[in-house]
Amino acid sequence: MTGLTPESLALLIAATLNAGTVVALASLGLLINERAGVLNLGAEGMMLVAAIAGFATGVHTGSDWLGFAAGAAAGAVLAGAFGLLVIWLNTNQYATGLALSLFGAGLSAFVGITYTQQRLPERPHFAIPGLADLPFVGPAFFKQHPLVYLTIALAIGLTWFLMRSRAGLVLRAVGESPESAHALGYAVRPIRLLAVMTGGALCGIAGAYISLVYTPLWVEGMVAGKGWIALALTTFATWRPARVLLGAYLFGGVTMLQFQMQGQGVQIPSQFLTMLPYIATIIVLVLISRNPTWIRINMPASLGKPFHPGA
Amino acid sequence: MSSNLSKRSLLKLAGWASLAATAALVGCGKKEEAAPAAPEASAAASAAEAVGPLKIAFAYVGPVGDAGWTYAHDQGRLAIEKEFGDKVKTSYVEKVPEGPESERVIRDLVGQGNVLIFGTTFGYMEPMLKVAADNPSVKFEHATGYKSAPNMRTYDARTYEGAYMAGVIAGSMTKSNTLGVVGSIPIPEVIRNINSFTLGAQSVNPKIKTKVVWVNAWFDPPKESEGAQSLLNQGADVLFQNTDSAAVLQTAEKAGKFAFGWDSDMSKFGPKAHLASAVINWGPYYVKATKDALEGTWQTGGVWWGVKEGAIDLVSVSDAVPADVKAKIDTIKAGLKDGSFVIWKGPLLGQDGKEVLAKDAVADDKFLGGVNFYVKGVEGSIPSGK
Amino acid sequence: MFKLEPRAAPSKALTLASPLIALAVTVVIGTILFAALGKDPLAGLRMFFVEPLRSGYALAELSLKATPLILIALGLSVCFRANLWNIGAEGQFVLGAIFAGGVAMQATPDTGRWILVAVLGAGVLGGMLWAGIVAALRDRFNANEILVSLMLVYVAEMLLSYLVYGPWKDPAGYNFPQTITFLEATRVPKLMQGLRMNIGVFIAAAAVLGFTLFLYRTFAGFQLQVGGLAPAAARYAGFSSRKALWTALLLSGGMAGLAGALDVAGPQGQLTPYVPLGYGFAAIIVAFVGRLNPIGIVFSAVLMSMFYIGGELAQSRLGLPKALTGVFQGLLLFTLLACDTFIHQRLRWVGTK
Repeated sequence: MTGLTPESLALLIAATLNAGTVVALASLGLLINERAGVLNLGAEGMMLVAAIAGFATGVHTGSDWLGFAAGAAAGAVLAGAFGLLVIWLNTNQYATGLALSLFGAGLSAFVGITYTQQRLPERPHFAIPGLADLPFVGPAFFKQHPLVYLTIALAIGLTWFLMRSRAGLVLRAVGESPESAHALGYAVRPIRLLAVMTGGALCGIAGAYISLVYTPLWVEGMVAGKGWIALALTTFATWRPARVLLGAYLFGGVTMLQFQMQGQGVQIPSQFLTMLPYIATIIVLVLISRNPTWIRINMPASLGKPFHPGA
Repeated sequence: MSSNLSKRSLLKLAGWASLAATAALVGCGKKEEAAPAAPEASAAASAAEAVGPLKIAFAYVGPVGDAGWTYAHDQGRLAIEKEFGDKVKTSYVEKVPEGPESERVIRDLVGQGNVLIFGTTFGYMEPMLKVAADNPSVKFEHATGYKSAPNMRTYDARTYEGAYMAGVIAGSMTKSNTLGVVGSIPIPEVIRNINSFTLGAQSVNPKIKTKVVWVNAWFDPPKESEGAQSLLNQGADVLFQNTDSAAVLQTAEKAGKFAFGWDSDMSKFGPKAHLASAVINWGPYYVKATKDALEGTWQTGGVWWGVKEGAIDLVSVSDAVPADVKAKIDTIKAGLKDGSFVIWKGPLLGQDGKEVLAKDAVADDKFLGGVNFYVKGVEGSIPSGK
Repeated sequence: MFKLEPRAAPSKALTLASPLIALAVTVVIGTILFAALGKDPLAGLRMFFVEPLRSGYALAELSLKATPLILIALGLSVCFRANLWNIGAEGQFVLGAIFAGGVAMQATPDTGRWILVAVLGAGVLGGMLWAGIVAALRDRFNANEILVSLMLVYVAEMLLSYLVYGPWKDPAGYNFPQTITFLEATRVPKLMQGLRMNIGVFIAAAAVLGFTLFLYRTFAGFQLQVGGLAPAAARYAGFSSRKALWTALLLSGGMAGLAGALDVAGPQGQLTPYVPLGYGFAAIIVAFVGRLNPIGIVFSAVLMSMFYIGGELAQSRLGLPKALTGVFQGLLLFTLLACDTFIHQRLRWVGTK
């Protein structure tokens, strides 16, 4: 590509990391949900409510970290309501999740009405001292918001948690076969609720990131489909945290790339470039789903199915 | 399955019951006559000759709090209230989607007795025409369109003048000689603005080039900031926009670069990055339109106002801008006001180097209205699928 | 403590009452919201429940909104009954509109009225094609239909945008993104002078009848439902799950495409970037609230349309925020799902541990 200098490549990488973090964070949260066997289609709604909660808190308190906390709380509360419905009342997971998405969209728009003209205090700049000054890798990797690094750490930690810790084993057991876990004496439903609420909190932080860091404004619907992308990403990544990260950065990269290509004067109509991330997701979905045995091995067996103790 | 059938008949019974209940509720209310007779009758009843304040309504495409396009229109509405006080009663509906959905809203505005209705975006054109045809005694004002009727006229602002002046500042302030524009939708108005911005910059700095990215929406802050970031990544250090939010300015602020406000004064959204805001002041036109309606001198036509009539301005010019540049802007404004300065004057070259305006030729409104080419200095191509 | 235990047989009373209870709860919360916003709650409720029904004009507008919702929800009900989660009806709607628009643009001033059939048929084909992609990927590659259909929604919107900004743009339209306005012959005929209501209502009525027959009187419909309720039993009985997959998806895609064609050849009259109106997503709620039952769907579609129009009126007449519509719709679905659980289960007080 003409005009792609090392400087602009470094900046492209940095932008990709930034863009990918939102989706990665939400997707990791959903991964926790799904590992426990619960599919929450309400990610978009949770992220929207968290975005306005975070923004409003940021405006009133001036503190970003309180804003993130508010976002996490909002996500957890909504996820908790969802969890009560699907885990205890056994409502249909897909429909309930959809209802959450729609309700969250409406609620966030409603609450956000007075906040459209507001702005946050000056945004801080982040750079890791020393590392940020290195040529190329400095601007590419080391000038990010702390949450970008925390997300990477989270993915690593989650991998360890799921594969190496006892608690993680229990979580996976609940997702694979809740009946067996129940028979072994594990409290399946509270564990699922905990997983759902943790997932909701992470989606909430992702939502707050959008309104506090990514585009520090409030606008109705500003999550713009990232919740749905995050859902696709967990399947895309066959429920492995490290792959979630890769997929998220891939998605973020393609998003930024299409603007880059427009600026370079690439002759493809911009609409086709905008389609790229979505088509890429479909292609990868097809590739990984091809082998039904593989999917059966990788997907939590009880995903989406209601659990009746003693049934 | 048999339970399904009986379920169905019970459900039907419940349905009839609730329908009956609703009918009772409706019966309690006043029943209106069917269709067009009703809105027409009430409109005629509260026509301009009657006593009582003139009812004026606005349909906005975005939220009033967008700090951009719609906010500017609402400021114009407030100017009407300030000027005419008790003689008028204004109201608005925001976030009315463009296209056929707006027809219902506009008809409802007519039905509520409004006799002067402003539609503030291109996409209301066809619906407004339909409603105008059905309600000859109501006056319709359509922004940025090109179709009119005996009771519907068009109005627009010469936003390209503000773009040109912003360009002059941009050309003076850039160090990388690369300017970036976040474009909304590739219609002639926006392309004209990109060109004017480039022409303004070239008038003080012939070396500049302009890069453009399109977000394909009027208002989409996350996309706008991604587009802005991408432009910065490609070397632009002064950004311009034709989109309606402050996201571009904020992105520039975060990166320590420069940008402009658009449609309204956005200086508070990026105090260090903000160089100036190209604002639209709809007040003067809205006041005139209201005056026409009140005095009965309203006539159809088309109006395109700029700096001369007070509709366009470049405000809140930052102190970072050198004094000589500020002075240049003042000169340009004065020249636009008295007609001595013309932006679109030949010789003008297109992107491919071919001449689009001969030496000393002045572009007329028709030419300006159909601009769908980039001038030399703008990089990239206009998205058109060709 | 309370314990939830399954009932011996689903409660008939609650099957009926549950949507009404859900509606009542939504109304109560709505009243609280109105009061909290400082507006007269009765006036607010009137905007949502009375005004949209008050005059012939209002009812015509209601029918314009309810028709596509009914059509799409009917198709979705078949999908959901077969346990296939077609979330991408919006994309199928857009493709239907695109195909229909493409045919409509071929009309010349001499074309006869027959072209309307071609236009609507093209719409059905477009929707079926788009849903067919989802079916094919699920059939051959096991790709999850929720995600594929959803991604295709975005692709469809971009495709529409490309067409109206590019090859299909009206050359006399000052470079604005829209196609030519379709000629009169291609337009869906209106029923009455002055009202926007058109023959789409009859098509919807016919569809309701057709689906009722299909679901409850044909063997194919029966197979489909068993496949969704008890997949193992269905397999054992030899019901082809593949046939169910294709039938359900093509049917719902076709219905969504038909709705798109009716909208574009009806009130819109041209292709613009504003074709996607969210009906594909709203129809999901309509299908659920209507209990996946054709008659129920008619009522829930009318209810949802009242919410839409009521929200608009509440905004233009009372200054209430438009976002209320979304809040009400989501709330209705939530409360309905919660109430529905008590049809199959009941709460019992079991002595303390």
